[in-house]
Amino acid sequence: MNLDSLRGQVAIVGVGHAGLGAAHGYTEMEILAQAAARAVADAGMSMRDIDGLATCSSSATMWSMPVAEYLGLRPRYIEATMLGGSSFVAHLLPSVMALVAGQCDAVLVCYGSTQKTATFGRQAGVKARALLDPQPFEQPYEPISPITSYALAAARHMHEYGTTRRDLAEVAVAARQWAQLNPEAAMRDALTIDDVLSARMVSDPLSVRDCCLVTDGAGAYVMVRADRARDLPQPPVYVLGSATAVWNRQISSMADLTVTAAAESGQRAFDMAGLSVADVDVVELYDAFTINTLLFLEDLGFCGKGEGGSFVQDGGIAPGGRLPVNTNGGGLSCVHPGMYGIFLIIEAVRQLRAQAGNRQIPGAEIALVHGNGGTLSSQSTALLGGPSTR
Amino acid sequence: MDTKKEVGMVSETAGMGPQAYYFAALSEGRFEIQHCGVCHACQFFPRTVCMHCGAEDLTWIRPSGRGTVYSTSVVRRKPEAGGDYNVALIDLEEGVRLMSQVEGIAATDVRIGMAVQARVRQTDAAPRLVFVTEAAE
Repeated sequence: MNLDSLRGQVAIVGVGHAGLGAAHGYTEMEILAQAAARAVADAGMSMRDIDGLATCSSSATMWSMPVAEYLGLRPRYIEATMLGGSSFVAHLLPSVMALVAGQCDAVLVCYGSTQKTATFGRQAGVKARALLDPQPFEQPYEPISPITSYALAAARHMHEYGTTRRDLAEVAVAARQWAQLNPEAAMRDALTIDDVLSARMVSDPLSVRDCCLVTDGAGAYVMVRADRARDLPQPPVYVLGSATAVWNRQISSMADLTVTAAAESGQRAFDMAGLSVADVDVVELYDAFTINTLLFLEDLGFCGKGEGGSFVQDGGIAPGGRLPVNTNGGGLSCVHPGMYGIFLIIEAVRQLRAQAGNRQIPGAEIALVHGNGGTLSSQSTALLGGPSTR
Repeated sequence: MDTKKEVGMVSETAGMGPQAYYFAALSEGRFEIQHCGVCHACQFFPRTVCMHCGAEDLTWIRPSGRGTVYSTSVVRRKPEAGGDYNVALIDLEEGVRLMSQVEGIAATDVRIGMAVQARVRQTDAAPRLVFVTEAAE
């Protein structure tokens, strides 16, 4: 078995979400289970059909066990790799392998977070992680986790390539314009470049409008082998390529703050899929901060290194621009429950099924999904294809 | 190596891993980093193995303390909580990078490319490696 031979062997056949925005009174497990049930129903299947499970949590290190218990699953395949926000993109490749090898027949990938409304929310989680997973060579300087790390990358990109805060603001404004086409997005008010530039600074050069939302939310998707996918109700979305790369954890250990491991994960995913950037119709990138979008557009090859700023200028990635990026509104304006990666896949699936409503990219057949985790630490790229691409 | 003083092997530092040794040296006012006896590269943060070649043959050296600001951010904080402060990444001339803070000038005046010099500050909480600009020396 080699990676090329796995191209298109597995399809995503169901997606679901729950608790977007604020899930008052619900636990993260409760909304995760709702999302899981909706993904399974969307696939035209029953929870009893699920015999593979991929999940992880920002707080519970043994999270796959309570999820199996809650859903009543006895999975033959369990994937619980925790890479931060990219995890649910990274779970694709091992799940494809398990399905093709016959270890299991239907994999459920799922995640939920109530970081906005829970008593033990985002800030409590950051404090707990500082104790459980210390970074003694960074924490004494009190970087805001994770914002300052991304701010340092943005400052370096501006220094080396002349990127401006206005270029970063273009990313936030484009995300908002997409969100205005998405009734499920949390932030749909008008947003201008000047609004972003005059917003409260958090960690220079990033303002609060350069940062993703803090919301609740749960998402899930279901995968089966391609032969079975054809008999299910939804148009199959094939996994054509998938790759993950990790070069460092801490921003101070990153060799070049303007080049992420997306340069490696992207190339490997394109190689597996036998595709290039010219083939991609729609792009979903993990935009935890505006600088992410620029870095990933460059590292994945949509423009040259240092050209991300000019690529996004004048609405370059907004509706009607040269490349549709983050068509749901992204982590900046749609939803961001701590680890956003699963929503990248949900939006790509909707686009490839032609079910994305007013924001639908006509004729979209190939989507690139790119997840990021930690502080530009883990990078996971996937190429997904619509029904005609297998 | 002629300007750097070898101050012992990790393996000879009984009962103390490299992380504990680093902070113990810092508490005595010494800033030390590791040099690999096999591939001759330096590394930061301190480890039990060389991140470049995997060797365990690591020696502590005293770096010159001269560095350059690689990147910088102003962390915004309300005045009543202590006000804004700087977080910077510093490249040492020995070829390693670390997170620190540039002291002695306004957080907003720290610039990428600035020449800086290491200082060890003893604080109530823990010893702290910081940097000052050449002008502030």
